[in-house]
Amino acid sequence: MNIDLKTIKHISKLSRISVDGQKAEKLASDLNSIFEFIEKLNELNTDNVDPLTSVAETTLKFRSDEVKSKNIREQIIKNSPEDNEDFFVVPKVIE
Amino acid sequence: MSDITSLSLTKLVKNIKEKKLSSEDVTKAFIARSEKSKELNSYITEDFSNAIDKAKKFDEKPNLNLKLPGIPVAVKDLFCTKDIRTTAGSKILENFIPTYESTVTQNIWDAGAILLGKLNCDEFAMGSSNETSFFGNVLNPIDKGLVPGGSSGGSAAAVSGQLTPITIGTDTGGSIRQPASFTGTVGLKPTYGSCSRYGIVAFASSLDQAGPMSQNVEDCALLQEVISSYDIKDSTSIDFKRNEYSKELTKNIKGKKIGIPKEYRVEGMPKEIEELWKKGIEYAKDCGAEIIDISLPHTSYALPAYYIVAPAEASSNLARYDGVKYGFRAKGENLIDMYEKTRSQGFGDEVQRRIMIGTYVLSSGYYDAYYLKAQKVRKLIKNDFDEAYKKVDAILTPSTPSSAFKIGEKKNDPVSMYLNDIFTVPVNLAGLPAISIPAGHDAAGHPLGLQIIGKAFKEQEILNLAYAMEDKISFKNKITDWWIK
Repeated sequence: MNIDLKTIKHISKLSRISVDGQKAEKLASDLNSIFEFIEKLNELNTDNVDPLTSVAETTLKFRSDEVKSKNIREQIIKNSPEDNEDFFVVPKVIE
Repeated sequence: MSDITSLSLTKLVKNIKEKKLSSEDVTKAFIARSEKSKELNSYITEDFSNAIDKAKKFDEKPNLNLKLPGIPVAVKDLFCTKDIRTTAGSKILENFIPTYESTVTQNIWDAGAILLGKLNCDEFAMGSSNETSFFGNVLNPIDKGLVPGGSSGGSAAAVSGQLTPITIGTDTGGSIRQPASFTGTVGLKPTYGSCSRYGIVAFASSLDQAGPMSQNVEDCALLQEVISSYDIKDSTSIDFKRNEYSKELTKNIKGKKIGIPKEYRVEGMPKEIEELWKKGIEYAKDCGAEIIDISLPHTSYALPAYYIVAPAEASSNLARYDGVKYGFRAKGENLIDMYEKTRSQGFGDEVQRRIMIGTYVLSSGYYDAYYLKAQKVRKLIKNDFDEAYKKVDAILTPSTPSSAFKIGEKKNDPVSMYLNDIFTVPVNLAGLPAISIPAGHDAAGHPLGLQIIGKAFKEQEILNLAYAMEDKISFKNKITDWWIK
């Protein structure tokens, strides 16, 4: 496994985190040492093992779909970096 | 007055119930000590004047039937507190003021406690040294040059330094037990589903669990009794019969079978850890427990599996920080540019690293090789425990592979930092409860902890074992108050 700068650029795009040159090199080196450590898992044969997705051995409960929080628009908007009181405001997306 | 902060929670409650102390006395004492302890950097946000008002209000009409009557409590800054800033130790949430309360903190206030403030932690609980916090690292009250552990480092330092009688932390891979071990305090990671995750800033949802931190086991049991509840607002909360942990606490552990897993004897483990473990075995025997050698064959695969599962879940959970709905926003030329700059400037290095790992292992072409593989290994680790629990009631191990390390020592080597969680991570992967209790000192006088791992939902069992062993160990924390001028 070798994570090169091209891969870093790809992951950075997928995770929406901008990464410049110097930072990319540091990340590549860190990720390579971490993945080298992770590769240990390949020692194990897991062909006949079921994946564990949840440790809680219960089935999800059903509940009726009722509105519990009403009139909380103000609360939802309260922490936004930019809003016009009714909506979140983002940079223009339509050309 | 000066002695108040050295009292355990149980003693404080008793004094308040017997009207020997008022909530105001107690609250002011912890505030005064916290004010003198700024150098530790335990707090991110203080709420002292409100705390005094609440204490006075409590004293006017004290309800002494409550479990935490007028007790001041500072909590990890990962729990959302209504109208009080909640940062998760991150720049991206520097100015976030929740409009709702986490279930666990609500349970604490409903029991009569009063918020002192919010405690420092690693950014988004990602770290083992409290060095990744945007608000600076926390100093260990044991020794100035040492990390307090992480991620609940501010919480551990605050209990150890007596800035709060008790606190709550969160534990995804050891974040309660490791700092407890590094600071000579007690920390319990409950069974997954015991404490509601509602209102806790999410890191890795299948692993995260809140839990109590305290000076002793009795206090730990009482706080666990308060915070554990079934909660409809957390779909993974489990509806099981919860004990009255503090009332049912007993030192009678005669005949209990305790397993000693040979795989925890790792290469390069310091001699003092090995010695501590041996002593722990003797203490358990002295208490009447039966010691049985067991094997947890997949132990060494737990950490690599964890470093796939936890970052994968984190990368998905942290996608919500986009500079739109709340939190920090950077200026960008367009929407995408704004997202990318916000996340690049708002998250610290460790968080970015984990988001990148998580994104990679979930990305097209790599999912089966990494994420699915890790989930299968997780199953093998859980099977190991299931198998062991056919023979034993609980398992005894060291909490950490070393005592607290120096600030800066592991900061630039992520893998060596991750290795610190080698004994704590398997428990999270299997969803089990585990407690760390202080059990001795290394040559330098720094505390060392032992971990007792229990069967799912058997918190009472491990609390009892810890309670009995604590009595035999009679640990004394060596704190000189060096930070108080």
